[in-house]
Amino acid sequence: MSAFFYMGGYAAFVWPSYALTLAIIVLNIVWARRALARARAEARRRLLAQAGAP
Amino acid sequence: MAWTWFHRLASPPHVYALAGRWTPWLGWPATLLILGGLYGGLVLAPPDYQQGDDFRIIYVHAPSAWMSLMVYVTMASAAAVALIWRMKVAHAVAASCAPIGASFTVAALVTGSLWGRKMWGTYWEWDPRLTSELILLFLYIGYMALRSAIDDLQRADRASALLAIVGVVNVPIIHYSVIWWNSLHQAPTVMQLAKPAMPAAMLVPLLMMLAGFTLLFGALLLLRLRAEVLRRERSASWVREALAA
Repeated sequence: MSAFFYMGGYAAFVWPSYALTLAIIVLNIVWARRALARARAEARRRLLAQAGAP
Repeated sequence: MAWTWFHRLASPPHVYALAGRWTPWLGWPATLLILGGLYGGLVLAPPDYQQGDDFRIIYVHAPSAWMSLMVYVTMASAAAVALIWRMKVAHAVAASCAPIGASFTVAALVTGSLWGRKMWGTYWEWDPRLTSELILLFLYIGYMALRSAIDDLQRADRASALLAIVGVVNVPIIHYSVIWWNSLHQAPTVMQLAKPAMPAAMLVPLLMMLAGFTLLFGALLLLRLRAEVLRRERSASWVREALAA
């Protein structure tokens, strides 16, 4: 198991590469979901404002 | 008749509903392919006879680099469609691509730099491949900066679409840079016409990662596209129904 994490001496290059790429994947999912949630909230607010106006 | 699907793609409510339905069908296969590819690349694939375990960076570097180019081509194509047919939804597609593409260009540059440290002896070199990929990042950043600098959405759409289309000349330069010039970067391993220069135990996880990243892009694009379409529809009644659902 420790040999796996040692990566033949390249651990300092292999693991940061994987960590960064996976972080970017996760962030992209979070950002995209947040963008949709925000757009929905804004649209809801607009509809309410229109309903309130005469 | 044959073009009805195309015309329906110009209709925001149709696109909003379609994108919502398709997101999980792209997102879950993407997750499975990436997890499988990670296991195959980190555990099952044997170390390279020259590069040892350092070569495993390919499983995150090559898909990120592929993503950076594929997203740009998608963005420029959508921008061209939007300008030619005055299709608002296509502008929304182009705008949705930029942040995804920019982030994976960063991943490609940084993972490439980490890979280069031991293999080339340097984190960075003003090499044709590296420099043209850096220019790609600046194109994405310029595209987003231009959009946010223009308040009027229609003008922002048109100006940024032109930038995206002009910038597409950089894509073949990136791809062929390793062939046209004397580059440190190795020539393509998978995307070549002859049979791939890799044994199956190394190649299969790479193909899984490439497919997984492609589907992931699809899912991310659809999520962002729905947000963009909603943002553009100021007072449509379908928005009420879409939000209720």
